[in-house]
Amino acid sequence: MANGIALYGTVLLLTTLSFYKDRQKTRAALAKSWKMFLNLLPDLLAIMLFVGVSLSVLTPAAISSMIGETSGWMGMGSALLIGSVALIPSFIVFPLGATLVENGAGLAQVAALMASLMAVGVVTIPLESRLFGKRFAYARNASAFLMCLLFALLVSEVLG
Amino acid sequence: MKNFKKKSFPLFVALLFVGLFIADPARAMKATLLTGNSLLNMLLLLPPILVLVGLLDQWVRKETLLRYMGPDAGTRGFVYALLLAAFAAGPLYVAFPIATLLLKKGAGLRYIVFFLGAFTTVKLPVLLYEIASFGIAFTMLHIGFGLTFFFIIALLFERYQPVLRVKQS
Repeated sequence: MANGIALYGTVLLLTTLSFYKDRQKTRAALAKSWKMFLNLLPDLLAIMLFVGVSLSVLTPAAISSMIGETSGWMGMGSALLIGSVALIPSFIVFPLGATLVENGAGLAQVAALMASLMAVGVVTIPLESRLFGKRFAYARNASAFLMCLLFALLVSEVLG
Repeated sequence: MKNFKKKSFPLFVALLFVGLFIADPARAMKATLLTGNSLLNMLLLLPPILVLVGLLDQWVRKETLLRYMGPDAGTRGFVYALLLAAFAAGPLYVAFPIATLLLKKGAGLRYIVFFLGAFTTVKLPVLLYEIASFGIAFTMLHIGFGLTFFFIIALLFERYQPVLRVKQS
């Protein structure tokens, strides 16, 4: 909340400054921002609803039961799958991960889950495709998925 | 048909929600509250970022950006991409408008890919939390490996740029 207010304040200040220096440019900038917002909004609304559904279904207890310490490869697969499909904001990801470990989930599986929650977004692929092109979106998500898998294996090797 | 394809994801989510509502109304109520909450968070973050992107688009000249992140920027470009990513807070959809602006202003694809990768790995606002919950070794492994990996991926993306047909909107 405080971050948001600071951000709004800073941007308001910059916009005022910009308006003072050049009205024309500032108008063009704001018109463009508004257009971007309208362009992103339909996808974002759907994404937000998906976040709500994810968070309500994926309670810590539900996830822990799937990725326990002895869940091994199956647990790793489930963690990567859940992490790639679900969308959970980053400031919730680490507290959630900590809770999961306390509830008996394996560290490597939790690592896979957290990394993929942040880096892979199957549900944001349509938006990403529209902005950057389909192939780019798929390639970026695939490479991020690989990163999460390798990272989880590293965690189980080094810290496990 | 094209219009339908564009709407298929919102439609899918709406159906999912209706399904949840039928199966478990209490949980659907919780989901509605959580959705409202994440909408609020989005509205706290995205509009100012978009205004900032709009202003940068008007005020930063292409030549200036090219000096920092242009195709010949070298290592410097990676450092700027990392700094930009680490300080920015929020989910990946906040990074997308920033990345499209950088692309439009002529930044090298490798810096864009590295920026998006770093955005999903290094987050200063939650870094302390990661260290506190999982320890310094885990955090270092996460960041060190993640950045190295996305550095290599970034070079690969640039190498195969023609195959990827990246949109320059």
